[in-house]
Amino acid sequence: MTAAQPLPEHPDFLWRNLEPRSSYDVVIVGGGGHGLATAYYLAKNHGITNVAVLEKGWLAGGNMARNTTIIRSNYLWDESAAIYEHALKLWERLPEELDYDFLFSQRGVLNLAHTLQDVREGVRRAGANRLNGVDAEWLEPDEVAKVCPILNVSPRTRYPVLGATFQPRAGIAKHDHVAWALARRADELGVDLIQGCEVTGFLKDGDRVVGVETNRGRIHAGRVGLAAAGHSSVLAERAGVRLPVQSHPLQALVSELHEPVHPTVVMSNHVHVYVSQAHKGELVMGAGVDSYNGYGQRGSFHVIERQMAAAVELFPVFARAHVLRTWGGIVDVTPDASPIIGATPVGNLYVNCGWGTGGFKATPAAGWTFAHTLATGEPHPLNAPFALERFTTGALIDEHGAAAVAH
Amino acid sequence: MLLITCPWCGPRDETEYHYGGQAHVPYPETPADLTDEQWAAYVFYRDNPKGPFAERWMHSIGCRRWFNVLRDTATHEVLTSYRLDEPRPELPQAGGNR
Repeated sequence: MTAAQPLPEHPDFLWRNLEPRSSYDVVIVGGGGHGLATAYYLAKNHGITNVAVLEKGWLAGGNMARNTTIIRSNYLWDESAAIYEHALKLWERLPEELDYDFLFSQRGVLNLAHTLQDVREGVRRAGANRLNGVDAEWLEPDEVAKVCPILNVSPRTRYPVLGATFQPRAGIAKHDHVAWALARRADELGVDLIQGCEVTGFLKDGDRVVGVETNRGRIHAGRVGLAAAGHSSVLAERAGVRLPVQSHPLQALVSELHEPVHPTVVMSNHVHVYVSQAHKGELVMGAGVDSYNGYGQRGSFHVIERQMAAAVELFPVFARAHVLRTWGGIVDVTPDASPIIGATPVGNLYVNCGWGTGGFKATPAAGWTFAHTLATGEPHPLNAPFALERFTTGALIDEHGAAAVAH
Repeated sequence: MLLITCPWCGPRDETEYHYGGQAHVPYPETPADLTDEQWAAYVFYRDNPKGPFAERWMHSIGCRRWFNVLRDTATHEVLTSYRLDEPRPELPQAGGNR
């Protein structure tokens, strides 16, 4: 071994690493994609820059670092299609707007049907999507094979592919770079991004929140927005708010690097796996949550085994690939598998939570609508249906099974 | 993979069981008198603690009986299991976060 080479120059830092100030107009708890997008749109759309994003670990180190990066808007119900399609339109312009190429690749998504019920659901959903201005079509098995030649569409499998919905504008993006792009621009606009700052409690005046207690002191705030994904109910409880969410482990995995073989994104609800190939070459796979509640950022291996079995059934060519790495995140699931974005019973305290297994794709729209809510105190038309009150009024947006994926 | 002890069959792999969420959620005693808010609390709201959690499991490919498990949701450690007609056990390691 030769003498140590000098280290290369550290690249430019993308944001300042700041000490918290004693007071802000808006404090956002959680420095993941949603928190960063909220800060960005508070500054850009509403001119509110006296904002702090408090992150207990490092920026975008939670679910933003752990998701499978699928972006699509082919949800069944009108309210869902509206907010996810808004997100997709924002994704289409964010690389230029943020001057950052985060490898947003509109390679399309196939949602496979393996049963007659799947076929009926898919045809219905594609029709609903088109009525809502979402690009979607129904493909027969031979057309599915043209979109994704490595997919086994033979009728002689345990669960044959009977067709699929296809959304050509769907795709993937490089999750870390999305977060860094948003963080850099939010920082340039004057937002304070504060890492290693954990919210341990809330300062209250009567029935309203006036700030937060943190491991780095008290921080006063005009309004506080929670964007803490799996820890939302733990945080909200400290403010005296109960949320109808359950936190579950959600696992994913990657293979070693391969030549480009997989040209799109494939999701199968019935045999239950979703697969894409990252730009670098890893096959990226995920499936449903582990059944039990958990905050451990890991799950049980039989869940991985099951999704691998599904992947090999659909893609025989994967049989010789190897699992390189598996990991887990904590997702907060609501009773209707739709998010909660809006006010809480405590004054000045707002939540963006309950995105469950599907938060990454919604990052820009979550930020857009949550920023509007925090800036004006009123919901944006896109998030008004996603209020906490729906669990009392019964106006649920039931995407369980309707959202093209089981949760 | 969790190792869960069925009160009747003994320790078995998690794959033998089905999860049932929070335990000790009684059906309302006077359902006709409940407000919308009370119904919402009963139907949609469950505890979601980071720490010890009393939850229901069913031994679906064994004796097919429901029972309760005390498990730490932060470490995933199974602390104990007990029958439905037994109260939640008081364990020193499970008392800190209730």
